[in-house]
Amino acid sequence: MSTPWEAVIGLEVHAELATRTKIFCGCPTTFGQPPNSQVCPVCAGMPGALPVLNAEAVRMAALAGMALGGIVADRSRFDRKNYFYPDLPKGYQISQLAMPIVSGGHLDLPLEEGPKRIRLIRIHLEEDAGKLVHRGSSGLAGATHSLVDLNRAGVPLIEIVSAPDLANAEEARLYLQELRLVLLTLGVNDGRLEEGSLRCDANVSVRPAGTLALGTRVEIKNLNSFKFLQKAIESEIQRQIRRIEAGEPIVQETRLWQEDKGTTVSMRSKEDAADYRYFPDPDLPDVVLDDAWRAAVSKGLPELPAARRERGVAAGLSRSEAHQLAGDPALWHLLETVVGHGTPLRDAARWLLGEGLGCLADAGLDAEAVLDRAGGFARLIELVRAKRLATPSFRKLVRDVLVHGAEPEALAHERGLWLEPDDGSSARIVDEVLRSLPDQVAQWRSGKHQVRGFLVGQVLRALKGKGDPATVGPLVDRWLETPTAD
Amino acid sequence: MDGDATLETAASLVGVVAAGDLTARGATREALDRVIRMDASLGAMVHVSAERALARARQLDEAPPAGPLHGVAIALKDNICRAGEPTTCASRMLTGWAPPYDATVVRRLEAAGAVLVGKTNMDEFGMGSSTETSAFGPTRNPWQLGCVPGGSSGGAAAAVATGMVQVAIGSDTGGSIRQPAALCGVVGLKPTYGRVSRYGLVAYGSSLDQMGPLARTVADAARVLEVVAGPDSRDATCMDEGPWTWAPRPIAGMRIGVLTRLVEGPGLQPEVAEALAKAMAWYEAAGCTLVPVAMPELAWAIPTYYLLATAEVSSNLSRFEGMRFGLRREADDLGGTLERTRSEGFGAEVKRRILLGTFALSAGHQEAYHGRARKVRQLLTEAHDRVFRDVDVLLSCTSPTTAFPLGSRLDDPLAMVLSDVATVGANLAGLPALSVPCGFDRKGLPIGMQLQGPRGGEAIILDAGHAYERAHPWWTARPPVAWDLQPLAGGTRA
Repeated sequence: MSTPWEAVIGLEVHAELATRTKIFCGCPTTFGQPPNSQVCPVCAGMPGALPVLNAEAVRMAALAGMALGGIVADRSRFDRKNYFYPDLPKGYQISQLAMPIVSGGHLDLPLEEGPKRIRLIRIHLEEDAGKLVHRGSSGLAGATHSLVDLNRAGVPLIEIVSAPDLANAEEARLYLQELRLVLLTLGVNDGRLEEGSLRCDANVSVRPAGTLALGTRVEIKNLNSFKFLQKAIESEIQRQIRRIEAGEPIVQETRLWQEDKGTTVSMRSKEDAADYRYFPDPDLPDVVLDDAWRAAVSKGLPELPAARRERGVAAGLSRSEAHQLAGDPALWHLLETVVGHGTPLRDAARWLLGEGLGCLADAGLDAEAVLDRAGGFARLIELVRAKRLATPSFRKLVRDVLVHGAEPEALAHERGLWLEPDDGSSARIVDEVLRSLPDQVAQWRSGKHQVRGFLVGQVLRALKGKGDPATVGPLVDRWLETPTAD
Repeated sequence: MDGDATLETAASLVGVVAAGDLTARGATREALDRVIRMDASLGAMVHVSAERALARARQLDEAPPAGPLHGVAIALKDNICRAGEPTTCASRMLTGWAPPYDATVVRRLEAAGAVLVGKTNMDEFGMGSSTETSAFGPTRNPWQLGCVPGGSSGGAAAAVATGMVQVAIGSDTGGSIRQPAALCGVVGLKPTYGRVSRYGLVAYGSSLDQMGPLARTVADAARVLEVVAGPDSRDATCMDEGPWTWAPRPIAGMRIGVLTRLVEGPGLQPEVAEALAKAMAWYEAAGCTLVPVAMPELAWAIPTYYLLATAEVSSNLSRFEGMRFGLRREADDLGGTLERTRSEGFGAEVKRRILLGTFALSAGHQEAYHGRARKVRQLLTEAHDRVFRDVDVLLSCTSPTTAFPLGSRLDDPLAMVLSDVATVGANLAGLPALSVPCGFDRKGLPIGMQLQGPRGGEAIILDAGHAYERAHPWWTARPPVAWDLQPLAGGTRA
């Protein structure tokens, strides 16, 4: 009886650029400093102060545009967006309306069934506003007064606007995650949603499945975690469907996600929307970029997450292993450094995921912090590959090598872990051990093959840690498969 | 020392101090003395920093004279920021505000040895042509105290005309340096847009504003421009050129375009037209060629200027909302506080222009008003560029009339606006323009002649102005108030 509905979703993502200084002045952008300690006449909007564009912000915006397949404009322009709010010192925000720095582009969602392309409309540069701290209440409602902190005012932002190509809340979450990862990989954003350095608004509408006309769009603000984003969109889609099915109209409006209520609430309707009176900012000349500049910037483009994952899978990693590695640019950097010492990607990846990550987590270290230990780690892998060390020995040494920077060869020597070159002694011990366990051997021969693990374990014990399961296993198999001499 | 001609120009004063005949402190005392004795009747200054100026002069006397403005007393229009000193733009809105930083021009003037003695009166935020919209009350014309000094840099022009200071720095958005210079009988120079850093100038029309000197002589104006010109990493609209210097060159052979509608005809006071005709005859006799220029596009200049300047003002003045500096009038909520602060802080003319500009930028009207004005500005710029392919300088009146009586145009904004008819073109096209005294009318009020040059062409207009000034030293005439030191009965100050 009920019509099947489909959702149409587009996201607007604000990403703070990881520049050292603000977009129009020399103030630092460090997060978490005492209120109003990173403020000058320019970012405080003092009379007579003028903005001067930070070239690094332009480079980062262009880099993001290139990585996302957009066109970096020959000429872009800053406009003033005029409105009054106490966190906006000049009474206008410097942004880009008619001539953004990047047009077009796309982001491919890494879905199980294959990538889904989400088109981008534009990326533009703008300045962040300050922050209000409300007093006398937990929020704006009921506050007795509000304090203004301008440390964030003038931090550079890019706003990345997607086409309405997302079909559900899950895709929206994946889009934000993948976008965050791309920006993190480029080094243009620190990815910290909890600090507000990546913020997201969603435009949501629904329509009867299979139709083309777009429904009335509602903008949802305040989606500051992946979980909230997904929940808010799910809840908003259901709200819109309920209204339509009840014969009530959808109002074009801005709504806020309220986590405690588990729903969106109306913030302002279209009629209340401000007239921003955009016009070109006369204080800032047009940004003119040429091919030589673009070529120089594009040299700084790293391999992107999608390509990394593809390369990982091609080298023999599972999809989830490839996702885990490419999902952490610092970890991938460590991996590449290990590979740079000659270790095949597959081995380096397996040992990093299997052993390396655990050591780092225990030691509370970031992959970036142990980059200079990558050579030792690579040699340790190589010693196992060359059967000079047993696999258990790797586990014994990896912490000292990766966390403390020990030399694997010296450490293996010190602890007497070198595997003896196989002069037949292993085969002799296999023979001795298996002969001493006739019951278990008999069980194996009667078809209870699960006893093999016990037998291999007993041989390794007899070898006192110098044995390698990879060598011992086949020796045990051969012994068992050989018809008994006696 | 009063009336000693050697103190009248920056050039002569620097020479006298360098020769050891006068200390910087003595020169500063003299300047402060004149302010004290004359300003009660003029209202040219809104803030005098006597102690700071004397301390600075003492410092200068302890070091060997080096800078080109060593010991020269300079006043700043009150929309130019100087650290720790009140900067009010002659508005209630900024009462009590002192910027924590120096404008770039301030740093450059001080580095050149100038002694900054105070701030001059102006139309509120630069909006006006008579200095009557000042929240401090009007400045009077030193040649006739019942007349306006012009505006918006009226205080600066009156202070220079009476010798309180050798030089003042004004700002010019549509004629605000040149028109008061003309009405007070001094030299006023609006440089090419981007020649002088705007950092520290409280913005009126950001794409039009430019600071420049008001001085007694063309050579003094050039001397000051040499100090304050040049690129600044704090102003992205500054021209990216090296230092600017000037040495006068002969003018024979110069092609002088004459803006016919602005040297004769209806709207021009006959005495102004007569003075200009004499100046043109002199140029011709000096070997220059006069070329009549019609430039019909100039008919659009005033409306274009008012659309663009008011649009920019509506945005530039948004920062005055009582949150961080200046006036704050509390109400029950944020909207109420904003409304009360801005209602009480701004004067009528400022409100009028904010409203006009807000309208011109609003949804549904933006393209018809602001969009079209930007296109016309482009056409006007191109028209000027075409003219300057054929002529070296463009001659016209600076103001179609001499100084008008106080209050006579206050209730007629349109008449006030038409005072700017000759001057706004240079702001729209970003060109340099100079006003030079060229005589007096029958009432003894000064007349000014405007010389405009191509973009970056300050040198050639200074050449033309300097040659004329040498042959016609009008600047040596002194306004009666400079000797009549009795304050007006009842005073004029608010």
